[in-house]
Amino acid sequence: MLFIEAIRLALNTIRAQKLKSFFTLLGVCIGVMFLIAVVSIVEGMGRYMEKDLIGKLIGVNSFELRHRPNINMGDMDPSVWEEYRRRPRLYHDDVRPVVDALPAGTRWAVVSDNTLPISSRYSGGPRNAQISAVEGDYFAIRRFVIVEGREFTPQELEMGTPVVIIGQDVVKRLFPGLSAVGRELRMGGLPYTVVGVLESQGSAIGISFDNQVFAPWQSPVHRLLNRVPQIIDAVIVQVPTASQMTEAQERVRQVMRTRHKLRPAQPDNFSVQTAESALEFWNKIKRYLVLAGIALPAIGLVVGAIVIMNIMLVAVAERTREIGIRKALGARRADILTQFLIEAATLSTVGAALGVALGIGLAKLISAVSPLPATVAPWSVAVGVALGAGVGIISGVYPASRASMLDPIAALRQE
Amino acid sequence: MSQFTEGEVPLSTTAERQAVTAQTGATPGRDWVIVTRGIKREYDMGGEIVRALRGVDIAIRRNEYVAIMGPSGSGKSTLMNLIGCLDTPSAGEYWLNGTLVSSMKDDELARIRNKEIGFVFQTFNLLPRATALHNVELPLVYAGMSAKQRRETAAEALDRVQLTSRMHHKPNELSGGQRQRVAIARALVNKPSILLADEPTGNLDSQTSQEIMKVFESLADQGQTVIMVTHEQDIAAHARRVVALHDGQVSSDTRRERFLEEHASAIVAKGGVVG
Ligand SMILES: Nc1ncnc2c1ncn2[C@@H]1O[C@H](COP(=O)(O)OP(=O)(O)O)[C@@H](O)[C@H]1O
Ligand SMILES: [Mg+2]
Repeated sequence: MLFIEAIRLALNTIRAQKLKSFFTLLGVCIGVMFLIAVVSIVEGMGRYMEKDLIGKLIGVNSFELRHRPNINMGDMDPSVWEEYRRRPRLYHDDVRPVVDALPAGTRWAVVSDNTLPISSRYSGGPRNAQISAVEGDYFAIRRFVIVEGREFTPQELEMGTPVVIIGQDVVKRLFPGLSAVGRELRMGGLPYTVVGVLESQGSAIGISFDNQVFAPWQSPVHRLLNRVPQIIDAVIVQVPTASQMTEAQERVRQVMRTRHKLRPAQPDNFSVQTAESALEFWNKIKRYLVLAGIALPAIGLVVGAIVIMNIMLVAVAERTREIGIRKALGARRADILTQFLIEAATLSTVGAALGVALGIGLAKLISAVSPLPATVAPWSVAVGVALGAGVGIISGVYPASRASMLDPIAALRQE
Repeated sequence: MSQFTEGEVPLSTTAERQAVTAQTGATPGRDWVIVTRGIKREYDMGGEIVRALRGVDIAIRRNEYVAIMGPSGSGKSTLMNLIGCLDTPSAGEYWLNGTLVSSMKDDELARIRNKEIGFVFQTFNLLPRATALHNVELPLVYAGMSAKQRRETAAEALDRVQLTSRMHHKPNELSGGQRQRVAIARALVNKPSILLADEPTGNLDSQTSQEIMKVFESLADQGQTVIMVTHEQDIAAHARRVVALHDGQVSSDTRRERFLEEHASAIVAKGGVVG
């Protein structure tokens, strides 16, 4: 009963002193706003990383055999780098034994890639593009859709015919306003005929996936992608079901350990990378982001708490007479304590609610004007509001207890 | 100051008090709303002891209308605060309705104030931001009454002081007399056993003072116990009994007739008994 009464009283106070209340709430409001915004961005990026980006880089139910992980950001020990640098590369000769060891129904592909300049008769100077030399079921594993033209034929793949399949950006840059299929582009001084155009892959964090050129691995371009022509960057394996992942990975590992003549005590000097292992780096980044997502709002909330405490102390001083009156009329200490605690909590909860609204707005704004994706997490809204109320109660304790301890006679005498 | 003369009924002499306590054992009887014994109140002003009350014995029956009179600084407010359970004595005992309240804890005193005491102050002491109705509701809030019942009860109390039409006005939209009537409605809304008024007309003009005195009179007629502090003889003359304080002690305790007789010349000089 008194509870509802106290909330009503607090809301009346806020309504009566809008400007003052607004400034009181500012700290909590900003704190919660940052909390919601940062968490939304972390959450959005996480979802993006987990569902889209990694899925795009490494297909479903698939893993990549590489000499070292290619997705590897975050902080890394220099000694780890050193070990990576000393690892032997993978060679095209490794492909056959690895593929032979895989269970039936498994898809595989070979890929080497690098950035090279490309050009055509239809546009100006050469431009850099991501060039991949591929073999096997590359397009099927990556789920690339060809919207114009066709895939490589088995003969082209085997013979190394100079043909290419290109992304939308390459079409726009090298063949502006033209149909690309059947036309030629030049890489490493040699002409390649476009046989297919890929559906747009979109972009992530500002990086386009459409500036790509694919050629058969056996075509001359593979010589330009690595220091030694026979080096390959990865063997991609896709098993039919998730349950076969471990088994397939283990078989590939054993083949490679034998080929690299590793003794049982020696660790692998190659990497088997899955979507999950690629996610590890993201989880590392996420930890820092979450830390920032906590530190930033925490500062706001601490400042907010101090402001609320001071405002409440002023309120207690200003309303000493009111406290005296209430006591004379029968308010117990607990009643006065509750009244001021609820007032502080209401004040800061209103601030937190405002912060939630602004935070959602900020997250939406950021995802609209920048490539950062943002998803508002329901839990962050709940935590934000709860934090607001908590901050209010904590910062209200001291002023409220001072109010409740006031001597009614002295309080009544105050002007 | 004279002591009681024959014919008067001395109500708070030592003999009377002893009679009362002897009759009922340790606690005074039910008829006696207030019984104090040797009440002292001292303030320590940085080493210097101020003796505001130096041993006061008072006994007040149910339905009495008593004025506590005395010059400024005589200890009236201090006594009022003690009777109103806003304060506890440095020494002595105080029974309210047969209950020893002088040794009670803070929260118990708050309950007693809520249930047994109705305060009327010189400066009204209404909450400035609350409506008349809400001000009158306050004691009921602390009594734990439901919102709906509270509103009805408070509205009735305002009706009794003819302020129904001003129910939703804030104090600054009311005249002094109206404010004091709101305060009276608030004091009575919990049906307290005593109405305590400290200089209730101190901030009012004589016309409005008369009005308020009439309200007190009619309350007393209806059986309400009223205790009123004043330093004005003509206001005190409205009460049916006058207890005079001097220097922290009771100097006289007289019935109205006797009081009027003794102070006739002074009251006549001021233009008669108000009301
Ligand atoms: N809180 C206090 N601290 C110190 N002295 C006080 C306090 N309250 C009252 N007194 C002193 O006690 C005496 C009686 O005061 P009070 O009861 O207010 O008298 P009255 O109401 O009759 O004018 C005065 O001398 C006054 O200064
Ligand atoms: Mg006084």
